[in-house]
Amino acid sequence: MLNDFLSYAFLQNALIASVFTSIVAGIIGVIVVEKKMVMMAGGIAHASYGGVGLGYLLGFTPIIGAFIFALISAFGVGALKRKGGTDKDIIIGLFWSLGMSLGIIFIALMPGYPPNLSSYLFGNILAVTSEDLWLLGILTMLVIFLVFSLFNNWKAYLFDEEFASIKGGATVFLEYLLLFLIGITVVVLIRGVGIILCLSMLIAPAAAARLLFHKLGTRIIGAVALGLIFTLSGLVISYLGNMPSGGVIVVMSVLSYLFLYLATSRIFKERRNEG
Amino acid sequence: MNALEVSGLNISYGEVKALSKVSLEVKEGSYLAIMGPNGGGKSTLLKAILGLVPYETGEVKIFGESPKKNRHLIGYVPQISGVDKDFPITVLEVVLLGAQNKGLSFFHSYSDKDKENAFILLDKVGLKGMEERRLSQLSGGEFQKLLIARALMVSPRILLLDEPTASIDPRSSQEIYELLGELNKEITIVLVTHNVLAISTCVKELACLNLSLVYHGVPTLNEEVVEKMYGCPVELVAHGVPHRVLKEHEEN
Repeated sequence: MLNDFLSYAFLQNALIASVFTSIVAGIIGVIVVEKKMVMMAGGIAHASYGGVGLGYLLGFTPIIGAFIFALISAFGVGALKRKGGTDKDIIIGLFWSLGMSLGIIFIALMPGYPPNLSSYLFGNILAVTSEDLWLLGILTMLVIFLVFSLFNNWKAYLFDEEFASIKGGATVFLEYLLLFLIGITVVVLIRGVGIILCLSMLIAPAAAARLLFHKLGTRIIGAVALGLIFTLSGLVISYLGNMPSGGVIVVMSVLSYLFLYLATSRIFKERRNEG
Repeated sequence: MNALEVSGLNISYGEVKALSKVSLEVKEGSYLAIMGPNGGGKSTLLKAILGLVPYETGEVKIFGESPKKNRHLIGYVPQISGVDKDFPITVLEVVLLGAQNKGLSFFHSYSDKDKENAFILLDKVGLKGMEERRLSQLSGGEFQKLLIARALMVSPRILLLDEPTASIDPRSSQEIYELLGELNKEITIVLVTHNVLAISTCVKELACLNLSLVYHGVPTLNEEVVEKMYGCPVELVAHGVPHRVLKEHEEN
């Protein structure tokens, strides 16, 4: 099997894409989970389907369309939430279904046979091209730079937004920057696990790291490391078993989280009993 | 010099009036408690002073300037219920967050002086030795003291607190009021509270608010003031503490 990974370019691409996916999902996943924006991230991911459909209809790269739609929905939800007068959940739900519906309509409007969209919906990391890798690499570097260069600002914003705002912590800017980063993350994850499954790739490593690490920095690093383990093991299993990579990666991630949850619960229980 | 000046403040949330023509002056060195019924505008007033809610008319000044301009002179302590105790952060890190007084700061790291100051403040509020603890390992009283230490990181001249003893046991409440009394030797303190015991025994001034300011003076509650504040008849069981608010049907 090692020979296969050394010989085939598509497997090497998949390996590199796994690394990028894990880094982005780990970093942004922890922020999304701590800021309780999981549903927001889900809404943005699903809304991006409209961009995939538009890309196919107008003949440009669907992933670019997904990125544009992800950003429009992210900033749209952010602006309407800030304006007030309606519930955040309602706005997220509406953008979620609007994006999916537009995607379906755009695909239906295409002349001839509709394209196979399963790689966008469920991901196919084994189909990642060299051009995709360049895009994923640039986006990953951007996420790393924007999160780590402003790390203390993020910490203040995530811990107590009101206090950070009083101290002049540019919280409105950080909120929109976070929405932008979620948009980027969605694009990176679509290639790996697809629109429908990317939410679990975002949550599972972050949630697992939550059980093990108690500082923001170590939790992010831990989520990246766990994401790498989940993604690489999923990739290998899917290749060996000839199964869909996106589905296997997500199953690995969720099962690993459940295992860690049960193991840490048991350890805490034993410690309590000893105490 | 006035530490805080509020003049003719009018605030509405949509069609709901939150504050009506509120004017208030707080001298430097004061220790003021703002009291009033739920929905009476206490927290709105505090948020307006902090520049968090826009006002229709009126003006707020902190040491003669707008709150935004004199932001560095303000220490703010929110209610503990509004802060996430499960966030992955240590006690020391929380205090250090108080030192961030600028906008975006790329590759920011805390100076040795900030760290030294954080240790001193943790000692001052009684949390020495707890620097590496997680927030979930703190009691309510300890968490409130931690938020006070964070507010003190900028060496504020005025400290604003939103219900500092809500959901805290009587012993910890007493410790917090003793700490605030000690801090008041150097800092002006303005707090929102429902704690009648604290008003009677700790603070130097009382402001009663029910959309508009109904009383501002020495911290002595009498039936007339409390009736005006709550907008219904009351029976004071003892002088100042505790009091009972009677509903109209009880009166009948």
